[in-house]
Amino acid sequence: MATGALGKIYSDGEVIVQQGKSGDCMYEILEGKVEVLEESSEHPLRLAVLHKGDFFGEMAIFEREARSATVRALGDVRALTIDRKNLLRRISEDPSLAFRILEKMSHRIRELNKKLVQTQSKSN
Amino acid sequence: MSSDLKLSDGSRIAVIGGGPAGSFFSNFVLSMAERMGLELVVDIYESRDFSIPGPPGCNMCGGIISETLVQMLATEGIELPPVVVQRGVDSYLLHMDVGSVRIDTPHHEKRIGAVHRGAGPKGLTDAKWLSFDGFLLSLAHDKGAQIVQGRVDDITWTDGRPQVKTKKGEPQTYDFLAMATGVNSAALKLFEDMDLGYIPPKSTKTFICEYYLGEETVEKYLGSSMHTFLLKIPRLEFAAIIPKGEYATVCMLGKKIDKELVDAFLNSPVVKQVFPADWEPQEQACHCSPKMYLQGAKQPFADRLVFIGDCGISRLYKDGIGAAYRTAKAAATSVVFEGIAKQDFQKHFMVACNRMETDNKLGAFIFKVVHIIQQMRFSRRGILRMVAKEQKKEGKRRLMSLVLWDMFTGSAPYREVFIRTFHPYFIGGLIKNLVIGIWPAKKRIPVEEE
Repeated sequence: MATGALGKIYSDGEVIVQQGKSGDCMYEILEGKVEVLEESSEHPLRLAVLHKGDFFGEMAIFEREARSATVRALGDVRALTIDRKNLLRRISEDPSLAFRILEKMSHRIRELNKKLVQTQSKSN
Repeated sequence: MSSDLKLSDGSRIAVIGGGPAGSFFSNFVLSMAERMGLELVVDIYESRDFSIPGPPGCNMCGGIISETLVQMLATEGIELPPVVVQRGVDSYLLHMDVGSVRIDTPHHEKRIGAVHRGAGPKGLTDAKWLSFDGFLLSLAHDKGAQIVQGRVDDITWTDGRPQVKTKKGEPQTYDFLAMATGVNSAALKLFEDMDLGYIPPKSTKTFICEYYLGEETVEKYLGSSMHTFLLKIPRLEFAAIIPKGEYATVCMLGKKIDKELVDAFLNSPVVKQVFPADWEPQEQACHCSPKMYLQGAKQPFADRLVFIGDCGISRLYKDGIGAAYRTAKAAATSVVFEGIAKQDFQKHFMVACNRMETDNKLGAFIFKVVHIIQQMRFSRRGILRMVAKEQKKEGKRRLMSLVLWDMFTGSAPYREVFIRTFHPYFIGGLIKNLVIGIWPAKKRIPVEEE
């Protein structure tokens, strides 16, 4: 890790977020990529692969519920945690801070809609 | 109600100063305008060349990017790359004559950035890192701002609009002017004779020096820790040594800092043990004595004008770059969503400024308490003992450590630091450790290595 690299390094396969566990932070990927896995069934289902500039774990911040999925490093990953308390306090002072989070979440809904349409088309 | 004085498509904005406040403001105002479908022209006037080492390219500052700011910038999509951050800081060491103690970041993560504001100290020949200010300015440029290289000679008002003149260029008229010059700029004098009610902030002098140690020595002796010192040296309030690439930045805050005080600090046995045994401070090391923000400017806004960063309202002693981010964001939000009249800034921009000013008053009180603690050996011993014992507990139960962490790093508002000190366990622990501190320990408490 370069001396000036911020955040923390997670090695290949390391679980960064565990489904079902409580969480008080979200993560921004600074380098590398991660996979998001739904582990309710016997065979984990890969929901997404996220890259540099993406964030994950934000649902636990806004909903105060257990982590909805597991996030695992694909190769070495450098990620930065963003504390719930810090983030919510700053958003209450400066709501425009949430613009990018809303944009990203909106983009994810759009992608999910596309996947849903593709799945339904296949099943028909 | 917002005013009728608003920017429209093609409106021109001048930003005087291309430091963090000016670059953040330009970046945010252009991003927000883009979201609103508004086309603005932004010119940033900056006389420094951030690619030149030494004073010509430096904005004179300790160069710490607080934990909170690192996180907020990441949320905004601004990642500080390793080529800009000279050292990721994951802990700080509090040094006193009675011992030293280490406090780590939550998750043992590097969440604080140590940067050089310019390209590096004078004499630097092989620059391995980029200037922090230069990096932010390049982001603003990428967003669409134009950089005007040159010193602003005069600012006048023509038909109610600001006009900016540089030595070489023709006067340019703008619809809005953002002043982001810091407290050290002569440009603030241009406003003295204007009947705007603006009075520059009160400031105090600090001392900053960059000592060359080499990367290996920095790693070995300073590591990834910010070293803070609470020493009973006359006129010295506070000092820190920050590891950066090949250099150690020494920052001192106190009354009338002169060579005698600097020597007294560097020759103190507590400070000497941080450096290699044979190390001698270089006489020719790059140093400066810049002004540091102390108390907010009066009336930092007018019609078509706002003062952001240190030349307006900032945070007391800590996190000046974080304050620049906040005031720049508040000003950009007012400009794009509300208006550019005096009452718009009073109603919207000043909310963020007043919050900081109120917090600074609490900060001043807390620093007075720290000053008292600094003067008495038994209290220094008590605090050190309390922090050392806390390191064996889980994060949330390290009450004194959290208080000191937030105070020294500027990660949380002073209000939060103050509230934490009312926790019954904090009060109980403090009293207990102060009482124990009355009896002298046999030896100085060394730092516990990981």
